[in-house]
Amino acid sequence: MATPFSTQLVNLLAAFLLLLAFAMLAQRRVLTLIKMFAWQGAALAASTLIVAWSTGQHHLYFSAALTLALKVIFIPWALHRLIDRLNVRWDIETLINIPATMLIGIGLVIFAFALATPIAQMASTLTRSTLGIALAVVLLSFLMMIVRRKAVPQVIGFLSMENGLFFAATSATYGMPLVVELGIALDVLVGTFIFGIFFFHIREQFDSLDIRHMEKLKED
Amino acid sequence: MEIALVLGVPLAGGLILALVGHLRWAPEVNAAMSLVTLGASALLTGRVIADGPMLALDEQFFVDPFNVFLVALTAFVAFTTALFSRPYMRIEEHHGRVNAGRLRLYHSMYQLFTFTMLLCLLSNNVGILWVAMEGATLTTVLLVSLYRTPASLEAAWKYFILCGVGIAQALFGTILLYFAAEKVLGPGGSSLLWTHLYEVRHELEPTVLSLAFVFLLVGYGTKVGLVPLHNWLPDAHAEGPTPISAVLSGLLLNVALYAVVRSKVLVDGALERNFSGNLMMGFGLLSVVVAAFFLSRQKDIKRMFAYSSIEHMGIMTFAFGMGGTVAAFAGLLHMTVHSLTKSAIFYTVGHAAQATGTQEMASIRGLIQQSPAIGWGLALGTLAILGMPPFGVFTSEFMVLTTAMHEHPWATPFLLIALGVAFAAIFSKVQPMVFGETEARRLPHPPALIPVFVHLAIVLLLGLYIPPYLVDWYRQAAALIG
Repeated sequence: MATPFSTQLVNLLAAFLLLLAFAMLAQRRVLTLIKMFAWQGAALAASTLIVAWSTGQHHLYFSAALTLALKVIFIPWALHRLIDRLNVRWDIETLINIPATMLIGIGLVIFAFALATPIAQMASTLTRSTLGIALAVVLLSFLMMIVRRKAVPQVIGFLSMENGLFFAATSATYGMPLVVELGIALDVLVGTFIFGIFFFHIREQFDSLDIRHMEKLKED
Repeated sequence: MEIALVLGVPLAGGLILALVGHLRWAPEVNAAMSLVTLGASALLTGRVIADGPMLALDEQFFVDPFNVFLVALTAFVAFTTALFSRPYMRIEEHHGRVNAGRLRLYHSMYQLFTFTMLLCLLSNNVGILWVAMEGATLTTVLLVSLYRTPASLEAAWKYFILCGVGIAQALFGTILLYFAAEKVLGPGGSSLLWTHLYEVRHELEPTVLSLAFVFLLVGYGTKVGLVPLHNWLPDAHAEGPTPISAVLSGLLLNVALYAVVRSKVLVDGALERNFSGNLMMGFGLLSVVVAAFFLSRQKDIKRMFAYSSIEHMGIMTFAFGMGGTVAAFAGLLHMTVHSLTKSAIFYTVGHAAQATGTQEMASIRGLIQQSPAIGWGLALGTLAILGMPPFGVFTSEFMVLTTAMHEHPWATPFLLIALGVAFAAIFSKVQPMVFGETEARRLPHPPALIPVFVHLAIVLLLGLYIPPYLVDWYRQAAALIG
């Protein structure tokens, strides 16, 4: 059933995901970052949908819907509202040295592909070539969490890492069993909620969402 | 049926306490719920001892000697900690550090935390195991920042981000595991069931499994507190309320290690060489040595004992990494005695910090004069955790050391030096805190010190004489994972 056309589409979306991961790494403005995160979710939902349609795996329709509801609509909306309430809309981050970060990112992508190749060769799924991209997205989001200094971008990095993992699950195995996917979605939802509470607490204590204020706990 | 009770009671407790957790008698409800959970897990244990391993609810849950022993330990320590938290949280309220709303959050999350840990242990589905492990982070993160001080918020943020990232690695490992399993078992829910995976473990693809294990070890290892992934642990222990430090050290770390060991069993089946064991031994030894040297630099009493937890988790990881029945037996025994001793120490440390109003070790003096029970509890607990005979920690550490001498002699000097350094560091700090003159105040509520001495008595008993049924139990579990 797997048509070359749908494989091409999934590959295209995978490339889009990787591109977005790089764009997020370089983005200074928080609002644009959230928009990009929503786009990433949309690409993920679309690719899941295509895999579901072309392979006839019914539970994937459900995960696509879940992704759409959670990562394209609910979480970006919640983050928007939070930012409005916290009034950090114009928080522009001065990222140090974007080119260097990008170079590290490229290195990570190569590493991810090298790591994924032996496994991808064993996969029989039509989307196997995308496993490397999924791992690259995970690592790039990881990098984003490390280089960012503000709480909101760190959280977006965290969520985008989850996107990468989800993509890995669909591309390598046609998705995890439904009960596990539901559990993961629940964790993400509760996690976002707790992050939201946290923003307020941090803001109340430090008068800013800058993580630099929170580097007091160190070994002497 | 018993499984439903073991999981249902803390879940219901979490929901009930979310409504009434701020009332005057909420601590009693909390303790009662934990007592019922303990009763249910005792029933479950009895059933498993009588009938052997069991599966339930479409094979989604399973109980074997390995996890039932941890279920019993978790329920027990959760109950005694609930007893300890009763006066502890009342004193905190009296000191104005928490208000009614935060107490409600605290009590509700305490029960939900117990629930997630028991779910981790009982779930047969490695995916659900992951979900529950993440749930354990989510339920405790707001408790670490309960006091809303800058330091506690920082600690909680670190805990959340580091454990979140760590656990994401474990999810990738789980996906790889599913990927390998699907080839053998076919797609669908049953490919993630541990019992099914166990049956086909020799047929799983070795390359995929070795990569999966690296991710699983790094992921769950973050929660175990293995060096160099341990950064969150001392902060979270030092800044949160002490009952939470006690359950984090005594229970959460164990459960995370349980997940690592479960993964190891599968990987060992698939791989010819001792790949997973060597990795675990490496991480374990590094944790022991690094933590031991960090101990002497600590000023905060809870931080110091947090580092001691890292050291002991390292010993256990090393023991399980060595493999073999004796080492696994020692690892399981060490899990038991460490979790009992460390939680007992945290109970006394909590009250000591309340009585003196500080966690700075330099300012805590003469505990025995202020309250003999707190002082002696801390002194005895410290001796026990340092591995002095006749306490049980000595027995298990001795077994680990002798096995190491036998099978991996190169590791023994590292272990011995680390244990010696840890002894010198902790003993020299605890001794002046316990003896001498004091200016400590009286606590507004009588402290709960019965759990301290119950724990220490059990640890002492395990050092002198392990009852035959317990030996049997450990043996069965050790045979399963060794």
